[in-house]
Amino acid sequence: MDTTPLGHNVALSERAYRIRRNAVRMGEVQGQGYIGQALDIADVLATAYFHAMRYRPEDPEWEERDRFLLSNGHYAIALYAALIEAGIIPEEELETYGSDGSRLPMSGMAAYTPGMEMSGGSLGLGLSIAVGIGLGLKRKNSTSRVYTLFSDGELDEGSVWEAIMSAAHWKLDNLIGIVDVNNQQADGPSTQVMAFEPLVDKLEAFGWHVQRINGNNLDAVVAAFDTARGDVGPKPRMIVCDTRMGCGVPFLEAREKNHFIRVDAHEWQLALDALDAGRTA
Amino acid sequence: MNTATAKPRLTTSAMIASIAAEGQRTKPAPFGHALVELARSRPEVLGMTADLGKYTDLHIFGAAFPDRYHQMGMAEQLLMGAAAGLAHEGFMPFATTYAVFASRRAYDFIHQTIAEEDLNVKIACALPGLTSGYGPSHQATEDLALFRAMPNMTVIDPCDAHEIEQVVPAMAAHKGPVYMRLLRGHVPLVLDEYDYTFELGKAKVLRDGADVLIVSSGIMTMRALEVAKELEADKVAAAVLHVPTIKPLDTETILREASRTGRMVVVAENHTVVGGLGEAVAGLLLRSGVTPVFRHIGLPDEFLAAGALPTLHDRYGISTSVMTERIKGWL
Ligand SMILES: Cc1ncc(C[n+]2csc(CCOP(=O)(O)OP(=O)(O)O)c2C)c(N)n1
Ligand SMILES: [Mg+2]
Repeated sequence: MDTTPLGHNVALSERAYRIRRNAVRMGEVQGQGYIGQALDIADVLATAYFHAMRYRPEDPEWEERDRFLLSNGHYAIALYAALIEAGIIPEEELETYGSDGSRLPMSGMAAYTPGMEMSGGSLGLGLSIAVGIGLGLKRKNSTSRVYTLFSDGELDEGSVWEAIMSAAHWKLDNLIGIVDVNNQQADGPSTQVMAFEPLVDKLEAFGWHVQRINGNNLDAVVAAFDTARGDVGPKPRMIVCDTRMGCGVPFLEAREKNHFIRVDAHEWQLALDALDAGRTA
Repeated sequence: MNTATAKPRLTTSAMIASIAAEGQRTKPAPFGHALVELARSRPEVLGMTADLGKYTDLHIFGAAFPDRYHQMGMAEQLLMGAAAGLAHEGFMPFATTYAVFASRRAYDFIHQTIAEEDLNVKIACALPGLTSGYGPSHQATEDLALFRAMPNMTVIDPCDAHEIEQVVPAMAAHKGPVYMRLLRGHVPLVLDEYDYTFELGKAKVLRDGADVLIVSSGIMTMRALEVAKELEADKVAAAVLHVPTIKPLDTETILREASRTGRMVVVAENHTVVGGLGEAVAGLLLRSGVTPVFRHIGLPDEFLAAGALPTLHDRYGISTSVMTERIKGWL
C-alpha cells in the first residue's frame, strides 16, 4: 500500500478514530479486557499502518512488506482493530473477538490471524525475534524493516535487554522498537512495580537511537516514525511512547487505572459516543 | 460468519475467571488466606511474585505483611533466582507466577539455583493445565512432567479450596523445594464433604466402587467425583483415588488399589498425556507386575486451541460429560 504523504494527519486521526472504534466494539463482545491499552496505542498503530509501513492488504505475506511484531500479545485487540482498518481482516469478524472458533483470539497468535507475525502471550519475546528478522532481512538484502511493539511491563524481562544489547551489537538499523509506556502492568503502575527510569539514558547507553514522545500526539508520532526511518546511523531505533490508557474516552481515562478493565453493558455505547464527540475529521 | 445467531457465543474466559461451575460452592483466595495464617507463626515466610500478585491471590499476603512481600516485576527468572538467594539466607519464600512461566521461562533457574541446592523455596503457580482460554502461551499442559523430572522437587496438584488450605502449611513443614499448582479467585469447594485431609505424599480413596478405579489429581478429582455419580445412575460403581502429590508418588496405595481384581484403572489428568500422572502410574504398575485394564484421560500432545473453557474441556475430553461417555465406552 502507498504510504500517506506527510502533512495528512487529519486523515490519520480519522484512521486512529476508526481503530479505537473497532477496538471498543471488540471489547463489547467480551464485556471486559484490554480496552485501556487499545485506546492508548491507537495513534501509534494508525501511524504505523497508514503512514510508515509498506504492505499489501490483499497479500499479508508479501515478501517486500515491513514486518510488524506484536510482542505484547494481549494488545491483540488493538492490532486487530488496525488490521481491520487496513483491510487485512474483514470488519464483520470483530464480532467474533475472543469467541470460540474465531480468528481473533484474546491473545495474539500467528497461526490464527492474517497479518499477525508472532505469538506473543508469553511476554518479552518480540525483540529477540526482531533481532533474527532484522538479521534475516539483511542477509536477503531486503529493504524491509521490522517494527516491534512491546510494553513497559516487558522492560522487566531480562530477555528484552538481551535483545536490546544484541540489536546494537549487530547494528540493526532496520529494526524499530516501539515501547508503550502507559505506566501500567498487571500489579499496578509500572514505575512502582519495577523502576525502569531513566529509560532513554539506558537505551542510549545500550547503543540505540532513542526518541521519547507523547504517543497520543499524532504529529509527534508521525515525526518520530519519520526520524526512525531516516538516516540516524548504523543503530537500531527505539521510540519510547508515553501514552494515556483509555485515550479518547474521557470516562475510561479517568477511571482507576487497571490492566484488565470491566466495562458495564450500557457503557460501551457511551464509549462509542465519546469517540464520536472527539472525532476531528 | 453468521452474525444473525440469537444464541450468545461462548467467549474466552476472562483473566480473573474462576474455574468454578455456575452455582458451585466456592471459597475466595484460599491460598492467600492460608499463607497469611501460616506467616503469623513463621517469621521466615516471605511472599514474592513476578507482576502476578493480584492474579495468584498473593496480594492478600502483601496487604497483611507489606514488609514481607517482594514484588520482583515481570521477571520470572529473577523471581526464582532471588527466591533461591533468600532461601540461602534462611528465609522461606513463597514465589508465585503462572504455571507456564515457572515451568518454561524459569526452568533452568529453578533447576540450578533452587532444586540442585535443595533450597527451601515454595513455588505456587496459577493456571495449571488447561484452565485458561488464551491458547498455548497460558496453558500449562506439561508443568507436571517438567517438575516431576527435576530431582529434589516435590510436586503437588490440589483439587479444591479445602485442600489448598491444608497444602500451604504442609509445604512449609516439608524441608526442600515444592511446586504447587494453584487455583485462584473463587475456588471450588468439594472435598470438605468427603471427610478428607491432605497429607504430603499420600493418595486417598474418596469413594469406593467395584467396577472402575479412577486415579486423578487436581481439578480432575472434582470431575472424577462427578463422573462417579453419573456412572452410578448407570449402575456402574466407580471408585476415586485422589493423588494430590504427584512426586513422590504414593506407590503403596496406588498398587494396593490397582491390584484389586476386576477393576478397570482410568487415570485422569489435567495435563498432557506425556509424562504426567498417567505415565507415572502406568510405569509403576508395569514395573510392579500389576496389569489391570488401563485407560488414560489427558490432554493430547498438541498445541491446544484458544476459546471458552467449557468448549475446550469438551473438545479435549476432560469435561465430566465426555469423561463419563468415554469410560462407559470402555466398560
Ligand atoms: C512472561 C510473562 N509473564 C507474565 C505474564 C502475565 N501478564 C500478562 S500481561 C502482564 C502485564 C505486562 O505489562 P504491560 O504489558 O505493560 O501491561 P498493560 O500495560 O497491558 O497493563 C503480565 C504480568 C505474561 N503474559 N508473560
Ligand atoms: Mg503497560
